[in-house]
Amino acid sequence: MEKKMEEYAIIDDYLCIRMPGEVDHHGAAGIRECADRLILDDKVKNIVFDFEDTTFMDSSGLGIIIGRYRKISCFGGKVYAINVSERISRILKASGMSSIIEILT
Amino acid sequence: MENRSTKNEICLEFDAISENEGLARVVIAAFLSNIDPTVDEIEDVKMAVSEAVTNAIIHGYGEKGGRVVLRASLSTENELSVEISDRGVGIADVKQAMQPLFTTGAANERSGMGFSFMEAFMDRMQVESSVGEGTCVHMWKSFGGSQVEPAPILQAAVWNKSGRA
Repeated sequence: MEKKMEEYAIIDDYLCIRMPGEVDHHGAAGIRECADRLILDDKVKNIVFDFEDTTFMDSSGLGIIIGRYRKISCFGGKVYAINVSERISRILKASGMSSIIEILT
Repeated sequence: MENRSTKNEICLEFDAISENEGLARVVIAAFLSNIDPTVDEIEDVKMAVSEAVTNAIIHGYGEKGGRVVLRASLSTENELSVEISDRGVGIADVKQAMQPLFTTGAANERSGMGFSFMEAFMDRMQVESSVGEGTCVHMWKSFGGSQVEPAPILQAAVWNKSGRA
């Protein structure tokens, strides 16, 4: 599934990804491909996942975050989750994700 | 088949394609709407159903398509029973599959958290599977009202003891 480019922005060495309303397996491959293309092309160091629009996320979302974390952490990059609702924060914390990424509510 | 403690029941069969993950979530949320659940309760169930349906599509059918069946029923005590079944490849070792972080889908970045989420967000879960025949994930969750249900039962027991019943 092709993602619109306005959902992705590169600011300095940060890749910002605006996550969709529902993050599930259905949309995961599209986000992954788009993000990875930008990581390669623009020498992105850090990644920011913006959850402002997100009302639903299941373990497929965790797969997206873990996968991107693996790609950039070996180069000293960091992963952030911003505009996180209580619900999304609960999922990130329940899964132990909060130990590898920084969650900003 | 008749079960008098069941006040509502649905059965939905759909193609094992990722578009239908969202459909399954919407259907289960709508099914629950008339028992007035909290937002968190709905989200917990949507999450668990999404995980089970995704498993059926990815692991059961290897993303090659098939049919997934979602059965849900609500008891008069407002306990939800939901079953997601497929006729896919089945799971050889259910115990291992249910271990947190265990995944056979590492190449597709599956997190191995699916079953853990189902367990965490529902009250009970049971997985039945046979290789070559398919998998059925059965989950239960009680809603608000049922939490006060045990009280009358307790009282009845006390009354029985004191010889008033």
